[in-house]
Amino acid sequence: MTLALVLAAALAVACVVVVALPFLREPEPESDSLDDLDADERRRLELLEARDRALAALRELEFDHRTGTVSDEDYRSQVGALRRDVASTLQALERDSGEGRPGDGRN
Amino acid sequence: MPELGRAALLVTLGLSAYAVIAGAYAAHLGRRRLARSAQNALVASFVSTAVAAAVLVAALLRNDFSFEYVARTTSRALPTPYTLSAFWGGQEGSLLLWLLILTGFGAAAVSINRAWARDLIVWVVPVLAAVSTFFAFLLVAVASPFVTQAAPADGAGMTPSLQNPYMLAHPPLLYLGYVGLTVPFAFAMGALLSGKLDERWLIATRRWTLFAWAALGIGQLIGSHWAYVEVGWGGYYAWDPVENAALMPWLAATAFLHSVMIQEKRGMLKIWNVLLVVLAFSLALFGTFLTRSGVVNSIHSFTQSSIGPWFLGFIAVVVAVSLGVVLWRLPQLRSPTKLESAISREAAFLYNNLLLLALCLAILWGVVYPMLSEAVRGEAVVLGRSYYDFFLRAFGLPLLLLMGIGPLIAWRRASLKSLATTFRWPTVVALSTGAVLLLLGAGSSIPGLVAYTFSAFVLATIVMEFARGTRARKALGASSWPSAFTSLVSRNRRRYGGYVVHAAIVLFAIGVAGSSAFDSVAEAKLARGQSMRIGDYTLVYRSLSERQAPNATEIRATLGVRRGDRDLGTLEAGKNAYTIEQQVSNEVGIRSDKLTGEDLFVIAEQIDPNGTVYFRVFVKPLVNLIWLAGLVFLLGSVITLWPDRREQRRLVARASTVGLPATR
Repeated sequence: MTLALVLAAALAVACVVVVALPFLREPEPESDSLDDLDADERRRLELLEARDRALAALRELEFDHRTGTVSDEDYRSQVGALRRDVASTLQALERDSGEGRPGDGRN
Repeated sequence: MPELGRAALLVTLGLSAYAVIAGAYAAHLGRRRLARSAQNALVASFVSTAVAAAVLVAALLRNDFSFEYVARTTSRALPTPYTLSAFWGGQEGSLLLWLLILTGFGAAAVSINRAWARDLIVWVVPVLAAVSTFFAFLLVAVASPFVTQAAPADGAGMTPSLQNPYMLAHPPLLYLGYVGLTVPFAFAMGALLSGKLDERWLIATRRWTLFAWAALGIGQLIGSHWAYVEVGWGGYYAWDPVENAALMPWLAATAFLHSVMIQEKRGMLKIWNVLLVVLAFSLALFGTFLTRSGVVNSIHSFTQSSIGPWFLGFIAVVVAVSLGVVLWRLPQLRSPTKLESAISREAAFLYNNLLLLALCLAILWGVVYPMLSEAVRGEAVVLGRSYYDFFLRAFGLPLLLLMGIGPLIAWRRASLKSLATTFRWPTVVALSTGAVLLLLGAGSSIPGLVAYTFSAFVLATIVMEFARGTRARKALGASSWPSAFTSLVSRNRRRYGGYVVHAAIVLFAIGVAGSSAFDSVAEAKLARGQSMRIGDYTLVYRSLSERQAPNATEIRATLGVRRGDRDLGTLEAGKNAYTIEQQVSNEVGIRSDKLTGEDLFVIAEQIDPNGTVYFRVFVKPLVNLIWLAGLVFLLGSVITLWPDRREQRRLVARASTVGLPATR
């Protein structure tokens, strides 16, 4: 009974210490605000996702055409639009970079 | 040390509640240290829950019957592996297992993703913690495994049907699946609450969903095999409410795994996907409720308890809050991309989703209807096997066909001419198979014949996809055919691992169709020396024996088995009489033909004192393909779950571009 209570108390104290650790490590931080993505960074993230999605779609179409899963006719009707998608997302990313890459100074 | 167990659970409850309040407060006001503190609380709650679990395991192993739970679920004569499995054999222990897995998964999911998706994680933590708070509360206040009593000399023992090796794996796997679905739910809610509805929540949860889905699938197959060899009624799935409870979230998760591809590839179906995640998680909770509340009369609901209302209340809160949050974020979830054609891969996946959901909801209605009828009319009206079989055929057969069609149609749109070319060979294979089977007499069951024909179609498309892909990889410079094949699979594990899973589903369908649509049964009361026939088999009842096992008296009838002129040896079937539990179980005799996958299945239904035995015998063609399907399913799941370094590098590069840490 006594041993159980001692172990239970030790467990509780250890958990409290773990929970309090961020405050014990940094009692007076320079900044306590969450390092959130700002609007520019979020827009850039969305553009990167769109670029990767367009590139993956083009790669998959090329491979499916090579295997014969996609016919010549279907390939021709889609490849142009997909290439334009890739080009437009790359241009958008380039424009975005030109306006200044966000996220500098992050760690 | 019941005090330590109780205290550890109390600590878990405190940590979880703190993580909910502090986590939500920190996320709302943007407090970094408080958010980190809440994350630490979630991780620490795993440690305190593990301590509680260790206390219960120690009590089980020591046969400490001062623990009411240990006395109720075990006995001194119970073999050690089953004593350990009593951890999840009763209500309180299984709830503790739920909490242990939940806090473990929560700690892992937060630790893995907190650098890479930190803005998302701050909202994921309070959601995960809210779920663990509910379970910790149940364990502290409603169903504690640490209630003590004056120790009796021996325990009440374990339900005999649970004393089976499959029961060592079946419940934990189901719980891994149920609890695993909490992680995608928490990330979906985190994304909605934070408004960060980019792809990261999908990427962070993809493998968790796959893992939970695979665990649920394999757990159900193991459970079916347990029912087949242990419960002894001659089948493997009885549409029991608790069996359905595991099937429903699996179907919802299967729908999600397909529709999420449409979101990843085309940016569509964001609302649908979030709703599917909510549905899968709610059904996982509902499954636990069904198993543990005793609300249904089922061989699995070994307990009647007071946790039912708590569970129902929690499920209602989860559904209401989730739908509220989805409605709140509806404008952000709308996709600018539209379905371009009804003949496209995304359209095929959408049809697949609708069929899976329809099947899931039909099963749900079959489960809740008896409860509703009892509540309204005072009499439980159970929807029988024919109800479920109808919907399985109505939705399952088109689903089977779609499994072959979907992967071979192009994204966006496909021309009819292209479809005709693509499906020419699979159609020829399917029709030829159907015609041959019809000539061989398979027309006695039209659904069975259709299932075989569709299965041949799907297998042909899978073989064609692997063959064409390998040829293309070889043409692209692979040094040999094996390396072309390896390169094909490793470059797109999800796609080709998915095909392996499809092959498993086809094997499963063939096994189910064979064993249910084309099986045969014979019954006879035999005295020693008498024989009976079923199909090509002749069974001669030779002797009856009785032997004493550590925890049961085993009575066995020995039968000589012949097929045509060939002697196939002997088969034993009988009953076990469990002394402590005061129960009798059927112990069936099974002879499997490795070559054809057929089983000869013998039940000794009634053993008279004069030694005559009433036998029921089944011949189940192809039934072993169902268990083989489990191994193929496992292989496909491992392929899809295997880490993809190329994708990792791409995600790291993307994250570092916007200033997020380049680690996951």
